[in-house]
Amino acid sequence: MATSHAHDSAHAGHHDEKPYGITRWLFTTNHKDIGTLYLSFACIMFFLGGVMALLIRAELWHPGLQILDPVTFNALTTNHALVMIFGAVMPAWVGFANWMIPMQIGSPDMALPRMNNYSFWILPFAFVLLLSTWFVPGGAPAGGWTLYPPLVLQGGDGLPMAIFAIHLMGASSIMGAINVIVTIMNMRAPGITLLKMPLFVWTWLITAYLLIAVMPVLAGAVTMLLTDHFFGTSFFSAAGGGDPVMFQHIFWFFGHPEVYILILPAFGIISEIIPTFSRKPLFGYESMVYATASIAFLSFIVWAHHMFTVGMPLAGELFFMLSTMLIAVPTGVKVFNWTTTMYKGSLSFETPMLFALAFLFLFTIGGFSGLMLGIVPADFQYHDTYFVVAHFHYVLVPGAIFAAMAGVYYWLPKWTGHRYNEKLGKWHFWLSAIFVNVLFFPQHFLGLAGMPRRIPDYATQFTDWNMVSTIGAFGFGLSQILLLIVVWQCVRGGEKAPNRAWEGAHGLEWELPSPAPYHTWETAPDVATIARGAEH
Amino acid sequence: MSKKRLITAGAGLAAALVSLTGPAFAGWDGINMTPGVTELSARIYHLHMLILWVCVVIAVLVFGAMIYSIVRFRKSRGAVPDTTIVHSNKAELIWTIIPVFILVAMAIPAAKALIVIEDTRNSELTIKVTGYQWKWQYDYLDSGVNFFSTLAESSNFARQRGSGIDPNTVDHYLLEVDHHLVIPVDTKVRLLLTANDVIHAWWVPAFGMKKDAIPGFVNELWIKSHETGTFRGQCAELCGRDHGFMPIVVDVVSKEDFAHWVETHKPAPEAVPAAPAAEPAAPAAEAAPASATKS
Repeated sequence: MATSHAHDSAHAGHHDEKPYGITRWLFTTNHKDIGTLYLSFACIMFFLGGVMALLIRAELWHPGLQILDPVTFNALTTNHALVMIFGAVMPAWVGFANWMIPMQIGSPDMALPRMNNYSFWILPFAFVLLLSTWFVPGGAPAGGWTLYPPLVLQGGDGLPMAIFAIHLMGASSIMGAINVIVTIMNMRAPGITLLKMPLFVWTWLITAYLLIAVMPVLAGAVTMLLTDHFFGTSFFSAAGGGDPVMFQHIFWFFGHPEVYILILPAFGIISEIIPTFSRKPLFGYESMVYATASIAFLSFIVWAHHMFTVGMPLAGELFFMLSTMLIAVPTGVKVFNWTTTMYKGSLSFETPMLFALAFLFLFTIGGFSGLMLGIVPADFQYHDTYFVVAHFHYVLVPGAIFAAMAGVYYWLPKWTGHRYNEKLGKWHFWLSAIFVNVLFFPQHFLGLAGMPRRIPDYATQFTDWNMVSTIGAFGFGLSQILLLIVVWQCVRGGEKAPNRAWEGAHGLEWELPSPAPYHTWETAPDVATIARGAEH
Repeated sequence: MSKKRLITAGAGLAAALVSLTGPAFAGWDGINMTPGVTELSARIYHLHMLILWVCVVIAVLVFGAMIYSIVRFRKSRGAVPDTTIVHSNKAELIWTIIPVFILVAMAIPAAKALIVIEDTRNSELTIKVTGYQWKWQYDYLDSGVNFFSTLAESSNFARQRGSGIDPNTVDHYLLEVDHHLVIPVDTKVRLLLTANDVIHAWWVPAFGMKKDAIPGFVNELWIKSHETGTFRGQCAELCGRDHGFMPIVVDVVSKEDFAHWVETHKPAPEAVPAAPAAEPAAPAAEAAPASATKS
């Protein structure tokens, strides 16, 4: 019996008791505890960033300045981005990695547990530092999350604090990434070869390499800002012989791979969920792996498509246009593979599948607008308008965030041992899916009609769609309270979930009891268990 | 079943929204790019519509396949999974190669347009545009006409918090300036863009082009409007507090009117109406918008 065997191996070790109280969380080296910490932190940041977004949308409800002054508005857009990217999405993925990678590859924990603890506990300090800039002279950074000089250098005391916060976040990410790579490379159970790993593990492995490659680049760029501001260097100051555009090149050399850091783990989760609820193996597993690797490679040679308007030579514009368009090929392969996975399956539509399907449709829409943005002449019109805002929110909200929600619903029974409230989950899904489109689809129109991004006030012809967008924003924001309720209820109790919480689920994590014991796979799963996990 | 209806309704709505952006509604500039008034803006518009329709066709096919699977292969309708479909070299090869051809087909007109856009040779008039926090300076290098262009006072009053003025009652709210840039029709005008403090971007949607104005750099773009009229745009690169309040207004006038306008605005040999062209450095503090300058 699958159940009894897994139960045996889970309890073959000595204990399942854990320390109590606050010290459990402060000093924990357990991958599940640290995963929970990361996910909780991401959740708090998601709501904090969401409140900032709602303030922005409230100001944009109507032309004229109603509730914010322009500097506060700029600080809100800047901090909304930093909080959502570095505080919500990235930590959420590390949380999933911590929880799932060891269970999926048959490893007892992450390879470097002490560093694991350290990399998490850096984050609260980083964000306290970043957010306390709101209370220092000069206020929070307000030059946009892209931190372009010379504008960013006009900031007050908040600038060095934000830079050190970014250093800390980078250090945390790099440690997390090293941990993932070392774990995956060294701690797979015998028999799990690289091409037998679940796709979530694969996408995270590739993401981790991206992180290690580009976070130091960001750290370098912001350090140069620091020395330009305080130590008289002129890296980015034209007056001193420097080059403000060089910052943009360095930043986006980090920034574009960063975009894939935000989305590749989402691809992994979707690749777990669609086969489960189609009751059919993932179509084209190997091509999925190769497509992910191709996307990661291409991400290093497309960066300047974020800055087509800086005045590049024609040859440069052509190169970055063509390389950018190439990304559509591996991304298309992924979408086609997911679609074919559903073909001739036996589909059911529980909440994780609903979020995964919404991801499939809406991420693809974001892909289309991305392709349009890659066409340089058209980008001369789209650049820095709400069309861009609509594009990246389509790939990040119904893209990355929906995938994270799908993952939470999918693995909640494994984490808590309880079934969540399916009815509330579906309410959460439908409200989110409807309002996210009310929120972001009209922003395409605004951009095409000529509304620049990052403006606190606008010409009156943009009023109608801004109102629609604001209604969508509040609807979407309020709907997220349902997520809190569902998760809270599920943690507290509910119908007992079986080991294999989903009929069509496959993978080693489903061979473990629900909830997963504190220590799992203390003895590596044997060949029969691995085969059983894979065959489903 | 209700889910199915919702999904189809959603798809229908999306299709309807997309079709609204089609050429039939091109005049409806509330939701689509306009063809504009220059050769470049028209080319860019047609390129935009081409990609849009290519995307729509692909979307119909891909979303159609997804919706078909979602509707047809439901467990609730007794669908039995065919677990043998896991891999097909042929299918994967097809959907790798066909997109490449589509992309090449899109890249060719894009590259052609780009080559025209970047060709700033043979211009008949050159204007230097300098971005400041938060206004523009226009310097006609051929005739010496030189002035600043700042948000109009009516907009500037109305936009203050608690002004009590309804923006809807202000003419061209936030899109009006005290001194318009004036250029002749049917003339290749070259703009040289730079900035004095931080990075700005000069953008008038009707002209199709947007380019950054960067301190220490001189960027170029060209305009050849085939229509007279007044065209409005804004700074498009975040440049600090009043980024949203440094609009651009361009009057395209007949060549005769332009010649006349230059004559009346040329600096007299002795009297200097604006800051001398070579020394435009207004301290950032003075550039505050509250002092709606009279140039």
